[in-house]
Amino acid sequence: MVRPANRRPGQSRKAQYSLFVAYVIAVTGAVAGLLLAILSVVDPVGFAALRVASQEIAAPVARVTRSVTGSISGVDDSVGAYVAAGSQNRRLRKELTETRRKLVATSSLQEENRQLKGLLKLQETDKAALANGYLLTSTSTSSKRLALLSIGRNLGVMAGQPVRGADGLIGRVLSSGPSVSQVLLLTDVDNIVPVRRASDGLPALANGRGNGDLDIRTLNIANNPFKPGDILVTSGTGGLYPPNIPVAIVVRRQDDGALARPLADPGKVDAVAVLRPYTPDNIEAQAVPAPTSAAPSAGAP
Amino acid sequence: MNQKGPRLGEPASLWRMRIVPVATVMFASALPLMLPLIANSPVLPPLGLLFFLCWQLLRTEMWPVWIGLPLGLWDDLFSGQPIGTAVGLWTLASIAIHYSSQRIYWRGFFHDWAIAALLVAIVQALAALIAHRHAAPGHVLGLVVPQIVISALLVPLFLRLTGKFDNFRLKRR
Repeated sequence: MVRPANRRPGQSRKAQYSLFVAYVIAVTGAVAGLLLAILSVVDPVGFAALRVASQEIAAPVARVTRSVTGSISGVDDSVGAYVAAGSQNRRLRKELTETRRKLVATSSLQEENRQLKGLLKLQETDKAALANGYLLTSTSTSSKRLALLSIGRNLGVMAGQPVRGADGLIGRVLSSGPSVSQVLLLTDVDNIVPVRRASDGLPALANGRGNGDLDIRTLNIANNPFKPGDILVTSGTGGLYPPNIPVAIVVRRQDDGALARPLADPGKVDAVAVLRPYTPDNIEAQAVPAPTSAAPSAGAP
Repeated sequence: MNQKGPRLGEPASLWRMRIVPVATVMFASALPLMLPLIANSPVLPPLGLLFFLCWQLLRTEMWPVWIGLPLGLWDDLFSGQPIGTAVGLWTLASIAIHYSSQRIYWRGFFHDWAIAALLVAIVQALAALIAHRHAAPGHVLGLVVPQIVISALLVPLFLRLTGKFDNFRLKRR
């Protein structure tokens, strides 16, 4: 392509000025935009509203495409099963998931028993979901791992609520619009979840890697206690995620911890449940109406 | 003369000439959030950015240099990046294209490919670094490398698509 000729607009003052002004606008806007992005600790309210509006635009189309095609993420799985051994492979995989789910349930129950024996006043948290929905779509072009949830403020979804699937933790609600909300997935680089090993309660932190895996780091750096197959559940520390939600299974040891894979793959879950955040207010509010036979003591220590 | 029918040699309508490029970029930016795809990593190429760069490489004089401000804001709303990332980076990219069109006298297909691939790589890498300022930079860059490679390989396809849209944009009635 030949070089455009009219870059230097001759003697016309007006044309020269308009070109100059265009460059001034562009450079000023670019600098302002980058500053806004870098200093986005103060996320302006107007832009948040715009983003909610854009999600409300995208969500109806995503609902339609999802109902027509199903979730695309399952495609690789189906093809793999067909090539390998067809139905047998799929059945075995389903059994494995089922067994793993049971294993998680029992191991966390054992731990719970141990703690209950120790602390008689410990209260079982209410696992009833606030609302149920499904994941519509996600930001698949950027390095942020955000998904759109099909329900919003219309069903009481608010920012900061944990989201889980049948297999385990999915993430937490980042912002909620009138009929859709945005979920920060477990695997996002900026998402840190306090966990503990289901077998013995060893505390650790799970940090997303951004590519579908999690980094697990222990809080004490004496030695690396993890081994492949360890199952991690939420610990309830920090007060956002309720305890005993399955999170991940350790795949490999690393220098400073372990590499783990989430138990719930957001691309394959059908329905997800939005839970109440695990804060002292909510725990007490749930404890009061519960008809416990024993005399309810005045609040947890 | 028949007023209802098309007249021979009449140029395309001004509205179509202006709307088609903007509409393709806006649709391509919004499309990934409309697909039922729950991705575990950035798997799709940045469609909006690719169309944006290809339009500018094909018709450098078509848009003013500040067109990245509104189109980038639209892309930020759908891409999940912090607002302002694409506003800044896309505008800088279009300034770079305007500059390169001054420096390179006869720009060929391979020039276009190289410029687009380079700009996509720079924009995506900087956007990832801006989005995850507190994470290790090496790891964050590793996340976007596959996406950059796919995008670089897809540039010729997007140049072709842009050419098709350009033919439609300028088609005489």
